Amino acid sequence: MGNIKKKKMIFLIMLFIAIFMIILAIISPLLISHDPLVTDFENVLQKPCSEYPFGTDQVGRCIYSRVIYGARVSLGTTFLLLSIVFISGLIIGTIAGMSGGIIDTIIMRIADAVLSFPDIVFAIAIVGILGPGMKNTLLALSVIWWTKYARLTRVLVMAVKDKEYIHAATMIGASNIKIITHYIFPNIISPLIVQLALDIGGMMLALAGLSFLGLGVQPPTPEWGNMLNEGRSYIQTAPWLLIYPGAAIFIVVAVFNTLGDSVRNLLDPKHI
Amino acid sequence: MEKEIILQLENIQKIFKDNRGKNFKAINNVNINLAKGECIGIVGESGCGKSTLARIIAHLTSSSEGRIIYKGEDITDISKQSVKKYYRNVQMILQDPLATFSPRMKIGRYLIEPFINFKIMNKKKAYGYAELLLNKVGLSEDYIEKYPNELSGGELQRVVIARAIGLEPNIIISDECTSALDVSIQKQIINLFLDLKKKINFSYIFITHDLALAESVCDKIYVMYLGEIVEVLEGWNLVREAKHPYTQMLLDSVFSIKNFNKRIEVNKRIGKKSKKAKGCVFAERCPNSTIECLEKKPQLIRINRYASVACKKYEKIREIS
Repeated sequence: MGNIKKKKMIFLIMLFIAIFMIILAIISPLLISHDPLVTDFENVLQKPCSEYPFGTDQVGRCIYSRVIYGARVSLGTTFLLLSIVFISGLIIGTIAGMSGGIIDTIIMRIADAVLSFPDIVFAIAIVGILGPGMKNTLLALSVIWWTKYARLTRVLVMAVKDKEYIHAATMIGASNIKIITHYIFPNIISPLIVQLALDIGGMMLALAGLSFLGLGVQPPTPEWGNMLNEGRSYIQTAPWLLIYPGAAIFIVVAVFNTLGDSVRNLLDPKHI
Repeated sequence: MEKEIILQLENIQKIFKDNRGKNFKAINNVNINLAKGECIGIVGESGCGKSTLARIIAHLTSSSEGRIIYKGEDITDISKQSVKKYYRNVQMILQDPLATFSPRMKIGRYLIEPFINFKIMNKKKAYGYAELLLNKVGLSEDYIEKYPNELSGGELQRVVIARAIGLEPNIIISDECTSALDVSIQKQIINLFLDLKKKINFSYIFITHDLALAESVCDKIYVMYLGEIVEVLEGWNLVREAKHPYTQMLLDSVFSIKNFNKRIEVNKRIGKKSKKAKGCVFAERCPNSTIECLEKKPQLIRINRYASVACKKYEKIREIS
C-alpha cells in the first residue's frame, strides 16, 4: 500500500510541476523583460548579464524573454496536436471497432499504410509538399499520429463491446451512441490517457525537431526548435543561444515523460 | 383451462458456422409456448443450447430459422425501434452478475438506466424509484453510491433482479441466474423471485442445469439435449414422471449423499454430434437404444397428463396401447 502512496506522491509532484509550467506559459507575457521580437543592434550576442539574464542573440533579442514566450508556443502547439490526434483517433478507432467488417478493414489498412512510413520523414514530406508553417506541421503530424490512437481505441473497443454488460445495456433500451459514451468509453479511457501522457514528450520533440529543420514555426516567432536552429552557427562563440532553449526543451520533455510514466504506474494495474 | 399465450417459439433453429465453414446446429426445431404468468424451465447440460435459446428469445442473437411470436406479432425480424419496444416488456437476467455491470458505473446509475432510456421518468424521480427497488430486493438505499466491485455476487444479482422487475416486464428470462452463486444465496434469490412473482404477474423463463431447482420453481419443464427438446414435463412430479432416459440420467447426476458412489457416465460426445445421425440425438448415449433409434428421429409424444417424450420406446408403447 505504501508503494501506491509513493506513486501517488511522484504523480502529484510531477503534475504540480507540469501545471506550473503550463501556467508559466499562459502568463508568459507578464514575465518577460523585453519584447521577444524587438531587435536591438547595440546589444548583439551579449553574454548573460543583469539586463539580459540569458544574454541576447545575433540580432539583439532577449533570450530569456524568447525562451519564456517560446514555452507558450511550444506547449500550445503540443496540446493542440495532442487534442487533434486524440479526438480523431478516438472517433475513427471507435467506428472501426464497433462496425467491424469492411469498414474496419478499410480504416485499418489506411492506418497500416500510414504507419509503414518512418514518421518524421513522412512529416517532412507532407510539409515539404504543402509548404512550411505551423498549420501544415500540425496537419502532417496529425496524419501520422491518429493511427496510434485509432488502433489502440479499436482494440479496446473490440475487447469491451462483447462483454455481458453491453448486452445488458442493449436489453434496457440503450441506443448505440449511449452504449459508446456511457458504457464503452469509461471502460477504455484509462489506457488511452496513459498512452497520451506517454506521448506528450515525443510530440513536443517532434514539433521542436520540425521547427529546428525550418519546417514548423517560422521565425521571428520564438519557438525553442527554431531558436536552436538560428543559434546553431554561434555554438562556439555564443553558446547561450543554444543552451537555454535546449535546456527548456530538455526540462519540459523530461517532466512530461515522467508525468506520463507516473500516470501509467498509477492507472495500469499491471505495473503495480 | 387454456391461458393466454404471450410468447411462442416455432421451429427455432440456430446454425453456427465455424471458421472452416462447417455448420454446427446448436438448436434444432424447438417449439415452446409461454402463457401469461406461467413459469417454464429449460433444463439441460452445458452445451445443449439453452443459453443460445435464451439469447434468441432476448433478440441478442438471431435465429437461423423459425419464428418468434410475441403477443400474436411475429418479431423474428423486426426493426431496431421495435426491438426497443420489445425490450420494454422482456428482460433477461444474465449468468454472471459481476459481468452484467460496467465496472465504472455506480449501482444507482445502473438502476436508473432503463427508466431514462425508455423515457419513463426523469432522473430525479428515477433515483427515488431506484431506492424503492433496492428495498424491494432487500438491499439498503446507500448501495446507490457504490461501485459493483464493492458488492458481493448475491447482492449484485439482487440489483440485476431489481432492475429487471423495475420495468415491470411481461417476461423475465433468467439464464442460469443462480449458477454463479453459492447454495444459500441461490435459495435467497429463488425465494425472492417467487415472492416477486406473487406480487407482479410476469411470465418467467428459467434456464438452468439444476433439475431440482427447476422442479421447485417451474410449472413446466423442457428438457433439452444437443439442441433438441427431448421431454416436456408439467406439474410438480418431475422426478416421478420423467420418462426419457436422458432426463433420468440428469436426475441421477444430481449430487446427494445417497447416490454419491453411483457411477455416472460423463458425456464425452458433447458437441460432437455426428452429422450422419438421422435418428434420436440421444441414441449414442442411451442405455437402451436400438438400431431403430439410430435411424429414425422420434417425435415428441404426449404420454400422459404430465409428460411428453421424444423417445422411440414410448412411441411403441403408445402404438401398442
